[in-house]
Amino acid sequence: MTGLEAHLRTRRSEGKKLLIPYVTGGLTNWKEGIRAAVAAGADAIEVGIPFSDPVMDGPVIQDASQRALEAGATPPGILAEIPTIDVQVPIVVMLYYNTVFRTGHERFASLCRNNGVSGAIVPDLPLEESGPWCEVADAAGIETVMLAAPTAPDARLPRIAARARGFVYAVGLLGITGERDALANTATAIAGRVKAVTDKPVLVGVGVSNADQAREACRVADGVIQGASVVRRLMESGPDAVGEYIAEVRAAIDEN
Amino acid sequence: MSIMVEPDGSGRFGQFGGRFVPETLVPACQELEAGFREAWDDPAFRGELDHLLRTYAGRPSILTECNNLGRQLGIRLLLKREDLNHTGSHKINNVLGQALLAKRMGKKRIVAETGAGQHGVASATAAALLGLECKVYMGAVDMERQALNVFRMRLLGAQVEPAMSGSRTLKDAVNEAMRDWVATVESTHYCLGSVMGPHPYPWMVRQFHRVIGDEAREQCREATGADPDVVVACVGGGSNAIGIFSGFIDTKARLIGVEPAGGAAVGRGVPGVVHGMKSFLMQDEHGQVQEAHSISAGLDYPGVGPEHSYLAEMGRAEYPSVTDEEVIGGFSLLAKTEGIIPALECAHALAWIAREAPNMAGQTVLMNLSGRGDKDVAQMMDILK
Repeated sequence: MTGLEAHLRTRRSEGKKLLIPYVTGGLTNWKEGIRAAVAAGADAIEVGIPFSDPVMDGPVIQDASQRALEAGATPPGILAEIPTIDVQVPIVVMLYYNTVFRTGHERFASLCRNNGVSGAIVPDLPLEESGPWCEVADAAGIETVMLAAPTAPDARLPRIAARARGFVYAVGLLGITGERDALANTATAIAGRVKAVTDKPVLVGVGVSNADQAREACRVADGVIQGASVVRRLMESGPDAVGEYIAEVRAAIDEN
Repeated sequence: MSIMVEPDGSGRFGQFGGRFVPETLVPACQELEAGFREAWDDPAFRGELDHLLRTYAGRPSILTECNNLGRQLGIRLLLKREDLNHTGSHKINNVLGQALLAKRMGKKRIVAETGAGQHGVASATAAALLGLECKVYMGAVDMERQALNVFRMRLLGAQVEPAMSGSRTLKDAVNEAMRDWVATVESTHYCLGSVMGPHPYPWMVRQFHRVIGDEAREQCREATGADPDVVVACVGGGSNAIGIFSGFIDTKARLIGVEPAGGAAVGRGVPGVVHGMKSFLMQDEHGQVQEAHSISAGLDYPGVGPEHSYLAEMGRAEYPSVTDEEVIGGFSLLAKTEGIIPALECAHALAWIAREAPNMAGQTVLMNLSGRGDKDVAQMMDILK
């Protein structure tokens, strides 16, 4: 598997917008959901590793995390299953820092590498705290995605972009993950501000809730992350509904 | 190396502390740090806070010598009476400071988490006084245990929102307050109720509570002519303990922070990261945070403030624990011998003192009575019947 950033850059250079669905690992049918999303045109997959206290997540992903934990999901257990998904796109894990810290930086990075994980998103590990993990991750070839939020002053964005590997995750709104009726103005604003300081792929996540909103975000951003909208469908209707939804978003962003 | 000074630039006390928050909140934490630093150095701000503490909160709080209980236990027992503050606990010290700071920083709204409801009541009180909008998150389980405080907060004009996730106690109320803050950070100040969370909170909240220790040191010398041998306080997040410890850190006094057996972060935890800080944390082998279980909602927390972890690691303070059963004994003991009904949280400190008194014969023991027990009477009626 080529690296995450290399893969996303290649897709972008082919004129494609980038689509990364998020699926909570350990949820019923999570691997089937991922396969359906990839078959429907996902460019990479974000696998959520459930945590007891997900402060960046709204009700849908909180619920999914709790269900997965109750079903016995553990970080090493989920990582060990990733190779069995057998899809030809990069896999990124999304997890809270205590999972990495408790496991140990080196051990966690090896677990990722040995199970074919390309990158990591750690939403409660901001720039100032990221050094020790990023050093280990870089050495292991695990690309650590950094988040850029609407609240960041201009001077902060180039530093975030410089530290980011894989892509820059532009946080679409002030708030936690979850579906909203409309795309917040902050979504395209932050995407534009980040794109102005880097040529790394810039994807908008948090509050991009349907195909129309994804298309709107992609007028500025290189792509979108689809979290709660995917997880809700997986929990309510199963993997086929995920595939249908991702196909719909794919078609919408390809119209741009 | 000097201790209980300002943390380092990254907000560390030794290896503990830091600022592990979503990127959205980093600028707000930085602004708060700068805002607090500037306000704390400004005589006008300090004057305004002191004025409120004296004329509204009722400071200085008195020191009471417990002659009856002291005689019974064979020690000299002094209580720092934070229970006599307005709103019934030490929490008002911090809340008045943060609410004044929030106004100074142009915020219109505060959010707070609460366990037993004492910090929530104090926050609602300060918000009413200073004209701020206030929303308090409280675990659904705790809203049941502390129905009186829920009513009190609503009476004061605050909105009380149940935290329905996880264990539905203090830990989950913190999660909900942080989620609110992520969405409202431009207009809202997070009025965190203990010496925990991301930098600058552990340091800032300690500075707002050090008045407890500073007063107690003077009062102790006046009453006994010396510093106490032992200083005792209960520890959940650890704000009342940090407050009183800060007055005695440079003395020879033993510093004792008493944890509930079911929420012994220092006693049973290992270093972890949650709620913005690195500190001792009750967690499983994969880093999932464990649920605390304590008779007192205020101590029902699986973590602890990072400065306590630091004091524990260096051996400057000790963190024993007591069982719920011992706590019930401590609660009744103070009521019957001294005519003072303590908060269940403080009954932890009393329980430890009663248990360890034989090893402290003739010593002077200073305890922070950080809250009054009125809020716990309904719960104790069920337990003691």
